[in-house]
This record gives sequence, C-alpha cells and structure tokens, in this order.
Amino acid sequence: MKKYEIRLSGSGGQGVILASIILADAAIEQGLNAIQTQSYGPEARGGASKAEVIISNNEINYPKITKANILLSLTQKAYDKYIASLDKDGTLIVDEGIELSGNEPIKVYKLPILKNALDKFETNMVANIISIGAIYELIGEDILDKDIMLRSISGRVPPPTVQKNIEAFEEGIKLIRGYYE
Amino acid sequence: MNDKGYALVQGNEACVEGALAAGMRFFAGYPITPSTEIAEISSQKLPKLGGKFIQMEDELASMAAIIGASLAGIKSMTATSGPGFSLMQENIGYAAITEVPCVIVNVQRGGPSTGLPTSPAQGDVMQAKWGTHGDHPAIALTPNSVQETFEYTVKAFNLAEKYRTPVILLMDEIVGHMREKMAFKNISEIEIINRKKPACKPEDYVAYKPDKDMIPPMASFGEGYRYHVTGLTHDETGFPTNSNEVSEKLIKRIVDKVEKNIDDFSYFEEYKLEDAEIVIIAYGGVSRSAKSAVDELRKQNIKAGLFRPITIWPLLEKQINKVSLHAKEIYVAEMNLGQYSLEVERAACKNCRVKKINKVNGELITPEEIIEAIGGNYEL
Repeated sequence: MKKYEIRLSGSGGQGVILASIILADAAIEQGLNAIQTQSYGPEARGGASKAEVIISNNEINYPKITKANILLSLTQKAYDKYIASLDKDGTLIVDEGIELSGNEPIKVYKLPILKNALDKFETNMVANIISIGAIYELIGEDILDKDIMLRSISGRVPPPTVQKNIEAFEEGIKLIRGYYE
Repeated sequence: MNDKGYALVQGNEACVEGALAAGMRFFAGYPITPSTEIAEISSQKLPKLGGKFIQMEDELASMAAIIGASLAGIKSMTATSGPGFSLMQENIGYAAITEVPCVIVNVQRGGPSTGLPTSPAQGDVMQAKWGTHGDHPAIALTPNSVQETFEYTVKAFNLAEKYRTPVILLMDEIVGHMREKMAFKNISEIEIINRKKPACKPEDYVAYKPDKDMIPPMASFGEGYRYHVTGLTHDETGFPTNSNEVSEKLIKRIVDKVEKNIDDFSYFEEYKLEDAEIVIIAYGGVSRSAKSAVDELRKQNIKAGLFRPITIWPLLEKQINKVSLHAKEIYVAEMNLGQYSLEVERAACKNCRVKKINKVNGELITPEEIIEAIGGNYEL
C-alpha cells in the first residue's frame, strides 16, 4: 500500500484532533502503522488547529507530514495556511464556504460539511466525523475496514453521541459518493 | 487493542501506564502544557488502584509533596514542563541530598519563561543536569517513542529506587503528544526494583550509613524507624554537621553512587554505525528525524549513521568517545542552541569534528534540514 499523509485543519474546537485520533486508531486496529500528531495554539477555542495522521505498513520515523496527499480544511484561514503543503497529485477536501485560490490540485471536493452538520444533525460538533466519513470513502475499504472505523468512532466520542456520530460518518461517505452525480 | 496486542496510545498516556506498572501510587503536580495529560490520567487512574493524586498549588509544593510521600514509602512522581521544572529545582536538590527516590517528568516546550506553551523544544537539557545548585547526582532519560516512554518511565522508577535519587524523565512535546502504537506488556514480565530496606532493628538504624554499594537502606516513615531528614549537609545519623571531612565524604558518595554505576544504566541506540563516516547524534523527538535522514543519506551513498543516547545524564562519555574514533564528522542535532553538542565535543576529545544542527522556532528539526546541513559540508 502507499503511504498516506493526511492533514486535517480547522479552528480550535472543531474536533480535527479527535478526527485524526479516530483515523489513527482504526489504522492501528487494522494492524497497520500510524502516527498522529497535532499542533494548536494556547487558546481552548478558536485559533488555528492542525492534526496529522500518517498511515503506512512500514515503520514511521519522522512523525510529521512532509507533503500531504490528503488535506482537509474546514476554515478559510486553515485552507490559506496549508494549501501549499498539499501534494500536486493529492486530494483536497474543503467546506463549501471556502473560497479557493486557484492553486488546487485536480482532485477537489467542496462539500457542505458545516451546513449538513447543522441542518441534519443540529450541531456543528459532528463536522469532524462527517469529514472522516469523506476521507474514509476516498482512502477506500481496502485500507481500513468499515467495522473497525465504526468501532473506533464509538470508542472515542462521548457515549450518548455514538449513534449521531455514526450517522454523521455515513453522511460523509454519501457526500463523496454523490459528489459527481 | 488489535489482535497483536497493539493499541494507539499517546506518549503522555504511556508515561502514566509505565509509572503505574512500576508501582507509582502517589502523584502531585500542577498541570501544564504539554505535560497535562500525565496529571489528568494519573488523577483518573490512581484512586482506582488505592493511590493518591493531589493537585498542588504550584510546582514547588508538588516537588515537596512527592518527596514526603516517598519518605513514607510510596513510589511518587510529578510531571511538568519548563516553567514548572524551574520551580522544582530547589526541591530536586533536597531530594538529591536527602536521597529520596522520586521521578520528575519534564515534557519540554519552548522557553525561556512561559515561552511557546504548545511547541516542542529541548532547551532543558543542561537544566536537567545543573538546574539545582551544588554538586549533585543527575540521572535523566530521553525516550523517543510511545513504547519507549512506557519502558523508560519504568526504568526511571527502578533507578530512583535502586540509587535513592531523583530521576528525570526528559521528554519533549513531540514524544509527549504523539500517538502511535504501543504493546501493553504483562506486568509480570516487567522488572520492578524496590528500594533497599533496613534489616536491623529500629533502635540500631543509622539512616545514612551506606552499605558497600554506597547506598544506605531506607526505612519508611511510620514503620517505627526514627530518623532526621534535612537539606543541610548531614552525618550518617541524618543530623546537620559542619565537619569538612563528613561533608566531602557525603557529596562524593551521593555523586559516585550514580556516576560509578553508569554502566548499569547506559541506554542508547546505534543505527547503521558499523561503517559510518558521518554520525548524527540526536535524542528524543529529533532522533526520529535523524533516523529518516540516515536512511535518505544512505540512498545517496553517504555513509551516515545515528548514535542515540537514551541516558542523557550522566553523559555516555565512553560510548561517544568510541563513536568519535571511527567517525569523520559528528553532527549533533537538537532543538536548542547547542547544549548537548558541547558535551559531545568534550567526550570526542578532538578525535573528529563536531558540528551543530540547531532549531529554536518551536518546530521539530526535519530530516531535510539534517540532510542539507550534512550535504553542504560533506566532501565526497
């Protein structure tokens, strides 16, 4: 398998760090190697937040991403900051509210992540899980088993919200599947 | 946990798991990024094991509390980052002269002062050795992975107990906050060392009379053995003395009991060193970049290797000197302005050139930066 270098970015409180943990957790459960790191500012809410996951079947030494092959950006600020770090053959997933600069790779998914979180789930708290649904659909079931993904989500979100988050994950999958329809 | 026994674990979480496996039953601390998870998880797990967690008013008190708990016979730890580590220094010296086993975790962040709270650095290397005043023993260990954080937290406790001295687990934000796979080991497979207790009756106990191994047996308070504990220079009874002879003997003994036993805990990794002409020396988070750099340099037919000290104090003089005998050049890569490189230079005794690769902007040194630094200077 190829090495996946996934960067998730947004603002503090959007849950991109949790999303990255869920992805890494699923990869380890799958028997692959994964490393998750993060960087954030001193604020608890707001400010730029970035999380990274590297998934590989080889040993991973340097724990950070050099060139991302998947970039998720949920805010304009995060997009502006990290778009340059995306490989030209990589895949970009952005919220539909983001204005693209014109330097994107060919594979771009502009999705109503924040809108659907509010409209369908009445909370922007699930935007991160919709996002990993989309990422999961792009990585493919050959790499990560869906049951393992669902177990990883269930184990890492607050227990009363498990069902809602699983539905949010399915929503992310649907957004990619329906993208070109 | 997957079927091979691996789970995704954070470095700070692994530190707590290691401490609990080693027998920690007391934690006192004051939360500070990037070490906060150590306090947080300790507060969740210790009460369930009959242990105690106390959030103290500051780091001076945290350090005092773990010394007190350890004197009562309980394995104790605190965790902090740069600003808190500075505040702990006075009582670290107290633990050194009173020979109280304890573990201090410093997950390094950018300094000085409150610096860069959420960013990695390795600026406390010299502080781990010389932060407290006076001549004193110093043991500091630097893990570079989640698995190693577990293992070397156990070893930190073992060394503290065996040598009756404070031991510093010198982590950095990279290792503390990173999540990767870790194998949970069966507790029965882990070597656990407990402090040596007196064999004599309480009335015959001379608290600071060392055995042949230079280490005095340690009674716990509350067991009926009465003795005096002071930060003043003391004789074998534990009471203060101004005797020049006794003072010299005490300081030499507490330093020697550690430094003369360095072979017992010289932990390091050698990677592709056999024929290496260019040797990178790196520790903690940076050593992961260095390993990637070595692999890349080898692809370019540059004979590079890595020497990675895990025991960072006392200095692994013997091993570094050996490396310097075979290398053309040594590059010391660290997230500070060159603290360990001066020590490497000293140990290398001018056998080869020692160069520095440094970064203090709050980011991990990248493999590319190491390769560039070496490529530019390498004479093919």
